[in-house]
Amino acid sequence: MSRRVVIGTFAEEGGLLAFIRAARSQGLTLVDAYTPYPVHGLDAAMGLRPSRLPWLCFLAAVTGAALKLLFEFWTTTVDWPLNVGGKPWNSLPAFVPVTFEVMVLSAGLTTVFAFLVLARLWPGKPPARRLPRATEDRFVAVLEESDARFQSSELRALFEQFGAEHVEEQLEESA
Amino acid sequence: MASQSRPFDIPLVAGRKTPADVTRDICRSLEGKPTLLWWCGFFLALSLLALGLSAVSYEIATGIGTWGVNRTVGWAVGITCFVFWVGIGHAGTLISAILFLLRQRWRTAVNRSAEAMTIFAVMCAGIFPVIHLGRPWMAYWLFPYPNTRGPLWVNFRSPLVWDAFAIGTYFTISLVFWYVGLIPDLATVRDQLRGGFRHKLASLLSLGWTGSFRTWHRYESVYLMLAGLATPLVLSVHTIVSWDFATGVIPGWHATIFPPYFVAGAIFSGVAMVLTLVLVARKTMRLEDYITARHIDVMCKLVLLTSGIVAIAYATEFFTALYSANAYEEFAFLNRAFGPFGWTYAIMVSCNVLVPQLLWFRRVRSNLWVVFAISILINIGMWFERFVIILTSLHRDFLPSSWTSYRPTPIELCMLLGSFGLFFTLFLLFCRLLPVVAMAEVKGVLHVGHEKEPATGTVTPRPGVEEWEIANMGLPGGAA
Repeated sequence: MSRRVVIGTFAEEGGLLAFIRAARSQGLTLVDAYTPYPVHGLDAAMGLRPSRLPWLCFLAAVTGAALKLLFEFWTTTVDWPLNVGGKPWNSLPAFVPVTFEVMVLSAGLTTVFAFLVLARLWPGKPPARRLPRATEDRFVAVLEESDARFQSSELRALFEQFGAEHVEEQLEESA
Repeated sequence: MASQSRPFDIPLVAGRKTPADVTRDICRSLEGKPTLLWWCGFFLALSLLALGLSAVSYEIATGIGTWGVNRTVGWAVGITCFVFWVGIGHAGTLISAILFLLRQRWRTAVNRSAEAMTIFAVMCAGIFPVIHLGRPWMAYWLFPYPNTRGPLWVNFRSPLVWDAFAIGTYFTISLVFWYVGLIPDLATVRDQLRGGFRHKLASLLSLGWTGSFRTWHRYESVYLMLAGLATPLVLSVHTIVSWDFATGVIPGWHATIFPPYFVAGAIFSGVAMVLTLVLVARKTMRLEDYITARHIDVMCKLVLLTSGIVAIAYATEFFTALYSANAYEEFAFLNRAFGPFGWTYAIMVSCNVLVPQLLWFRRVRSNLWVVFAISILINIGMWFERFVIILTSLHRDFLPSSWTSYRPTPIELCMLLGSFGLFFTLFLLFCRLLPVVAMAEVKGVLHVGHEKEPATGTVTPRPGVEEWEIANMGLPGGAA
């Protein structure tokens, strides 16, 4: 299925921010914004909820630490108890450093891997939308034309009201 | 908006750059041919690396007997280099993670190269304990894996096992942190370069990044979490390295002050190494507008602070030893300062405590040649600090009958030089293959269009870096 999108380009982050606030208040459907750096306040303007990745990070940290502690306990007290300098089989304080390192490792790797999966990024993937200047110095808003409230000429006027340099309509395969 | 100028309102980049200028300036160093200076440096680094590789190959083929170590002095140059390089690595994570959490936005200009430095330094560090095993092909025995010997597990109570986990985790997380930071910039490189190897590399590694804000939104959350994880990690790594010594019973090692002392020393040596590298990089890669005199000034202050902590640690250590009424502890420290290796102690104190005091003076901090010389001296001093801690605690142990001396063999010195060769080879390749300044982050602190008053549309120009430098450092902008 294909859809029509309108792509507007701004030279300054302020224009994009104000435009997105106005467009959303008029009930238009924003597909995405493209910026060269994370623009402060754009998440609120786009109405994005805080990411849930911190919860996953916490879960991975707890799981990693618990499993590692269990493993250390199992190897030294159950599987092959080995007397090292008369120390107790379960030398809990001495197990803390490795447990900590494994906690950090599992939390970090899980978070980054989950991010790549959620954001659908993988090595060698071609960019889903070719907007070369968005990685340089332009701020781009992409709106979908499916909306009932959608009026092409009004949208163009709205873009221009907030100082968009360039507005174009495109037909694209929707994901 | 910014009608009143507060110090933190000052732009971090000189020359009133636009985001497009940033892209052009940083990508320029990836295109075109390398300078003659780069080729000279690369040739020198590669020669040192070859020297080191031959020394290591010879040592592995022949045995640890090619070193000057003996029954009393079991650890010497090898472990000194290990601790030295791990320490160097710490500044990268300090700058990328701790300063990120502290909202120190000046870090944007130097964090990429500091993180690269961390990764290369940890690579150099990791080589030494592995060679020191004597049978490096058995290095995987350090990790617990199901084996046919029982399975016999590693001893999780041993600091040497903690060390393997700490260095392994530190390297992995630093690499991931660095790579995550690189993704948006690699996308910029992919969109800027027309073709060639670097374009292909950037296309592969930029993972299809488009600058989508939905992705940016998640990305910021991931970056914050990685910084939060890396901060305790960096403190834990050198703490664990110090436990390699502190959990032993050797006088001079068995001290509770070791973890904070080592962490402060690591940050001290690391920031000094960052200074050395960025002073060279800004000159050879023409990055004077990004790495300004102000960045150097801030890092000099960081060096001064950590030098102070290290000085207090030296004094505390000595006081504790003399006050302990423990003959062995007392002797270890008197021998350290006044024994046959007293000259190494003198180098350590003068380079790490006395020389950095010059940085109290603004005129010194703004003279980049002097700062460069001081940073080199600190690197030398910090290498000797580890050498002093290891050698002087060992060579005169409990029984005078087993006292001995130590002299590094040429093989050991070649390995030391070889580690510098590896480090600089990797760093020079990094300068040519990847963007050396975090472009996306720098663009974020340019405040494009922020001068405009939203209500009236009037433009209030903000003071530039040049004005700040004239007012605060008494020198013209971008000097030296």
